[in-house]
Amino acid sequence: MSVPEVVSALHHEESADPLLLGGETFTSRLLLGTGGAPSLESLERAIRASGTQLVTVALRRVEASSSGAMLEVLDRCGVRLLPNTAGCRTAREAVLTARLAREAFDTAWVKLEVIGDEHTLLPDPIELFDAAEQLVAEGFTVLAYTSDDPVLGRRLADAGCAAVMPLGSPIGSGLGIRNPHNIALLRDAVSVPVVLDAGIGTASDAALAMELGCDAVLLASAVTRARDPERMALAMRHGVEAGRLARGAGRIPRRWHAEASTQMSGLPEL
Amino acid sequence: MKVTVNGAPTDVGDDATVATLVAARAGGHDRVAVARNGDVVPRSSWAGTRLTPGDHLEVLAPTAGG
Repeated sequence: MSVPEVVSALHHEESADPLLLGGETFTSRLLLGTGGAPSLESLERAIRASGTQLVTVALRRVEASSSGAMLEVLDRCGVRLLPNTAGCRTAREAVLTARLAREAFDTAWVKLEVIGDEHTLLPDPIELFDAAEQLVAEGFTVLAYTSDDPVLGRRLADAGCAAVMPLGSPIGSGLGIRNPHNIALLRDAVSVPVVLDAGIGTASDAALAMELGCDAVLLASAVTRARDPERMALAMRHGVEAGRLARGAGRIPRRWHAEASTQMSGLPEL
Repeated sequence: MKVTVNGAPTDVGDDATVATLVAARAGGHDRVAVARNGDVVPRSSWAGTRLTPGDHLEVLAPTAGG
């Protein structure tokens, strides 16, 4: 098949299995972060190749912010914007940032990120939970970036978060999913959408996330910092779809020993 | 009067408002947000919010981020 034919076939699969998130419907289960792209042109090509419909953005002091050209690209691509609270370390900072983002972007959706450590960028569970409760009470649609702890995931879901977003490994690390067992346990523990968010390195990581039962994948560096971001974005689109299809296909169990796929009866004596 | 904008000491006119500050600092920007002394100033309040000496203001705009 040509590239357009492949993308068309993918689109058909994606449309048949929509993602319900925060009261909205999405045909793509791949969410893209905008951080780390080498150029706006690269970002735009990656967004289009990924098929994503939901893209994260941040707020910074105006002199350090992107030019309006980034917003033009995102508007042109027709993607929905998801502001994040990247850089916040306390619930107070995160809540204020979310309120500022609601004003700036005119959306009540927020990716809640409250960091507990500068080197690992791992979430601070206590500040995170506190912020989540406050923001849910203020009517935000909270997508909470969290650890792979199923107990914390359940607490966030019970507190009213629209999605729980466990990390596979630290942001930008490309280490993939370090604890697949926990991701599967977390998936079983909550009934809200689970979005694997952080640490994805390549397409097989994204496929694994979906095979573990995640509803979607959020990634940035794996695409924006790849040698060929557009090609990797297309790979991720395939990876997410492959993992989703495999999940729905009912895989064979893992066996300690072999089970022959060729029948033993009728074997000649040679 | 003297205020602080995005961490830097700044001189503004005595009749400065959040709206005049945004126009001066973020004129070409769409989707701007302002915090004054730790509180969000809604866009609808920009014109009506006069700055006072010693105010700490954060004028924010969108940027790439994951």
